[in-house]
Amino acid sequence: MLSCKEITHLISESQDRPLGFRQRLDLKLHLLMCHGCANYREHIDFLHQACRNHPARPDREKVP
Amino acid sequence: MISINDELAAFRPDLLRFARLQLRDDQLAEDVVQETLIGAFVGQEQFAGRAALKTWLFSILKNKIVDALRGRERSTNISALAGEEEEFDQAFDRLFKENGHWTPANRPADWGDPEEMLRQSQFWRVFDVCLNHLPAHTSRVFMMREFLELDLAEICRELQISQGNCYVILHRARHQLRSCLEKSWFGRGEA
Repeated sequence: MLSCKEITHLISESQDRPLGFRQRLDLKLHLLMCHGCANYREHIDFLHQACRNHPARPDREKVP
Repeated sequence: MISINDELAAFRPDLLRFARLQLRDDQLAEDVVQETLIGAFVGQEQFAGRAALKTWLFSILKNKIVDALRGRERSTNISALAGEEEEFDQAFDRLFKENGHWTPANRPADWGDPEEMLRQSQFWRVFDVCLNHLPAHTSRVFMMREFLELDLAEICRELQISQGNCYVILHRARHQLRSCLEKSWFGRGEA
């Protein structure tokens, strides 16, 4: 099983490229068992959303 | 009658705000906005209502910002960069136990419903402070990815860094931004 440290890298990379089959599986299994990393993933997703909704952006998405 | 000049000038504050956030340098931001407005004025035939004026202006601005970031990257001092990285890696390592799992004190907590924050102006003030805290080089790569929306290959090409390095820098940026928000907004580890 991958460590939490390694998982944080996979979580970040998943924002920039499609992960391979093995990596997706490793990530999924880890997140099922680890609340800390599951929260971390939510946070990284939220950051991405925040960047898209930043008030300085001309193409700002509407907050639902 | 409103001239094209007046119409363009009306967007100046918005353009400037966006440029400042990306470049963190007021003078450089003024320069790229000025170039954008001149470029738009000169190229107004190309516009011809293809898209909303604002969208068109911002697409010009984004290109100018990428040019400016690329220019600055070339002049970055390599040893300053190494210091940035080392400091981060040490702080990052301390979050984990020997086996690479979170120490209990640093395990990421539940943020509840953070989407709600996006509506609060106070949240954006904290967010901008955290963005501005990112080390310069890290911030540049992050901005190109998340705000200018270049893909990874483009960023690597523009800044002449390897893909592996690019992933590492983006991970570092997201991690630091996350920690800063957790500390400053979600009220953990207040001191």
